[in-house]
Amino acid sequence: MSVVLRVDDLSKSFGGVQAVKDVSFSIEQGELLAMIGPNGAGKTTCFNMLMGQLKPTGGEVFFKGENLTGRQPRDIWRMGIGRTFQVTAAYSSMTVVENVQMALISHHRRIFSFLPFAHKLYKEEAMSLLDLVGMSDQAERHCAILAYGDLKRLELSIALCHKPSLLLMDEPTAGMAPTERFKLMQLTSDIVRDQNISVLFTEHDMDVVFTHSHRVMVLNRGELIADGSVDEIRNDARVQEIYLGGGNLYQKAKAAKHD
Amino acid sequence: MSLLFAQLLTGLADAATLFLVASGLSLIFGVTRIVNFSHGSFYMLGAFIGYSLMQVLPGMFGFWASVLLAGVAVGLIGVIVEICVLRPIYRAPELFQLVATFGVILIIQDVALFTWGADDLLGPRAPGLTGIVRIMGEPVPKYDLALIAITPLVLFSLWYMITKTRVGILVRAATQDREMVGALGVNQAWLFTGVFFLGAMLAGLGGAIQLPKGGADLLMDFNILAAIFVVVVIGGMGSLPGAYAAAVLISVLNVYGVTYIPQSTLVLMFVVMAVVLMIKPFGLFGREEVAGEHGQVGEPERPIKPAGPRGRLMVAGLIFLLALIPLSGSNFAQILTTDIITFALFAASLHFILGLGGLVSFGHAAYFGGGAYVAALLVTHLGANMEIAFVLAPFGAALGAVMIGWLCMRRTGVYFAMLTLAFAQLIWSLVYQWDEFTGGDDGLVDIWPAAWLNGTSVYYYFTMLFGIGGILALRHVAHSPFGYALRASRDSTRQAEATGIHTKRVQWAAFSFAGAMAGLAGALFVFSKGSVFPTELEIAKSFDGLIVVFLGGVKTLSGGVVGAASLELVKDVLTRFEYWRLSLGVLIIVVVILAPNGIVGTLHKLGERLGMTGKTEDR
Repeated sequence: MSVVLRVDDLSKSFGGVQAVKDVSFSIEQGELLAMIGPNGAGKTTCFNMLMGQLKPTGGEVFFKGENLTGRQPRDIWRMGIGRTFQVTAAYSSMTVVENVQMALISHHRRIFSFLPFAHKLYKEEAMSLLDLVGMSDQAERHCAILAYGDLKRLELSIALCHKPSLLLMDEPTAGMAPTERFKLMQLTSDIVRDQNISVLFTEHDMDVVFTHSHRVMVLNRGELIADGSVDEIRNDARVQEIYLGGGNLYQKAKAAKHD
Repeated sequence: MSLLFAQLLTGLADAATLFLVASGLSLIFGVTRIVNFSHGSFYMLGAFIGYSLMQVLPGMFGFWASVLLAGVAVGLIGVIVEICVLRPIYRAPELFQLVATFGVILIIQDVALFTWGADDLLGPRAPGLTGIVRIMGEPVPKYDLALIAITPLVLFSLWYMITKTRVGILVRAATQDREMVGALGVNQAWLFTGVFFLGAMLAGLGGAIQLPKGGADLLMDFNILAAIFVVVVIGGMGSLPGAYAAAVLISVLNVYGVTYIPQSTLVLMFVVMAVVLMIKPFGLFGREEVAGEHGQVGEPERPIKPAGPRGRLMVAGLIFLLALIPLSGSNFAQILTTDIITFALFAASLHFILGLGGLVSFGHAAYFGGGAYVAALLVTHLGANMEIAFVLAPFGAALGAVMIGWLCMRRTGVYFAMLTLAFAQLIWSLVYQWDEFTGGDDGLVDIWPAAWLNGTSVYYYFTMLFGIGGILALRHVAHSPFGYALRASRDSTRQAEATGIHTKRVQWAAFSFAGAMAGLAGALFVFSKGSVFPTELEIAKSFDGLIVVFLGGVKTLSGGVVGAASLELVKDVLTRFEYWRLSLGVLIIVVVILAPNGIVGTLHKLGERLGMTGKTEDR
């Protein structure tokens, strides 16, 4: 398999605080890679550097061999990377389908077009994207009144607009009910498999992580302390130490089920 | 050298008033997020009330007692304004409150005119401080020295109150997170009222304390308004030491400016402000504003759709009716409608960036007046044809908007608004003081349309064609991909940037387009009047635009046009009466309180409730 994203010695310090320190990893085509770690481990900082919201103080990021370090978010998006946010960000004055159409308009480079009606452009394409995430029945609803889980699904469909080969999802299931979480992650992994997209996501729910990811990385205090398969990570002593909460409960619950 | 020092002292003394008034504005904005346009009026009232008190209270004690009492009186007036006018509309969209404070300006103007008359009042001299002192051989008024000593004292007491006392802690907490302060059990309403009292009192003190140096007149309110905004912005929003430093900077530079480069007086402070903001984006002592703080407040805007068959029919019907007006033969009706259409195009262009773009421009008159002046200058100096001048005017205005937009676009929120105001003032003062080129105060006259357009009815149809055409063009662009990208940039910059939209470039283009349309309105204006004066570039003109956009409904597509038409009609009726400002001010405040979503927004809601229009989903 080919490497989609390669990260070399990525670092970021805010004043005297080293938020991310020499993090290196790579993602392969079609891989679902989870990045876990306690709060403040540097996950979101990592994400923001990958997507161009933050400039790294050191290290480089290559997407399909092309250096994207220090580029603007909009340029990185154009290279073929999609992202969803930890806190949802949609255009609250538009309808659901218009939100998707907006991203399509941008993808087709029609932003500076003044003559056509925007709400008629790429409507079918937008509808099929909404269909993919199960939102087509809500297409004409006002975005501001959507339920939180629906917003997350809408964001996913927006992120898929330009047929990205890599998707970055920052806590995709944060703030959702347990059943909703699984549905959303199941949906994501189905789409990823069908379209052969790679995904890098952060997550606090170990059930979600262990069920859906192919590989797991563990970040602690800005450093990458483990990188391996789900089973490797689960049995890693250091990870258990840091993650005294999630991992153990998962094991206990599993043990309880077997009893 | 000694002269320079004496001038420095004069500047420091002048800074006293500026600091007092500006610190009040800064406090009010910091806590309530209200851009209080009526702050200059509080200052004017302080001067008038102080003057009257000084006539009654004798001696040195009487003088200082008058100053203090004037401050308290104005503070109480501020409380009345806050409770009666602002409290009902805190939940309205952001900046809507500034419309109400504009109403307050109008009311106070007429009340002052009624109470103290139209003549300028010469301030009494301060008993015991009438003489001069010689410092290094130069005469310095004793009163100046008193002012120089008092101001740091006021600064220190304010600073102490804000940083050390319980009330101060509440005020600072409210500045950062109003909701949290409310959740902790603080009665926000009274906190706001208290801050308004303090802010208005400072303005009143400023007005009274400058009486021996200045006096009291009816133009004080607008004259100081721009200066105090500049001081607050240079110092950094919400920073008291910043306000003091900026007041001193502006006053001292002004004294030197008057002496050495007299032409610079009007522009100087705006140049200083622009330079400071270029180097220190948030003012000398300001901090970066928390992101999202100036996002949309209140209910999110509804999705927009192009007008359906019924809407189009109604617009077509309206245009048909307008086209019939010349048949009535009434010159008056045609001229009034020409004015309305011109103003409506101006308002629609402002609404385009303000409503759709979320970019609050306090200086949109620069492009309206700019367009008018471009046409007039072409005709006057180059003897250009009316047709050529008319076509080039919007391009001239757009060019100005491209340049000014490029400079302002680096800032957001209130700082953006202030920069647009600064550049508008710069253009105004340029036009005002460059007599030989622009005619200065006398304006440019004899700018008439070409022969084939020279007739009330012909020009009326010409205005309809370009005015209504411009409005419809703006409206169409709102529905185009560009308009959507503009709204997307406003709704969520983060998401827009993350999906390939260069938000600043989109906003810059929108700003320039709006400038061009305002320029078109200006061109229509100048040829209908035959002349243009610097008043078309003034702050008051920019404010007129803001008022009608908010009054009409900033979150509705037709808000600007409807607001402009309503205000122009109402003004036409009211200006026939003596105290028309008072009535207009009251009317504005009543509309603001009854229709917090603007005229169109509130009509929409009413229609929904009566089941007349298609009901959108409720929250």
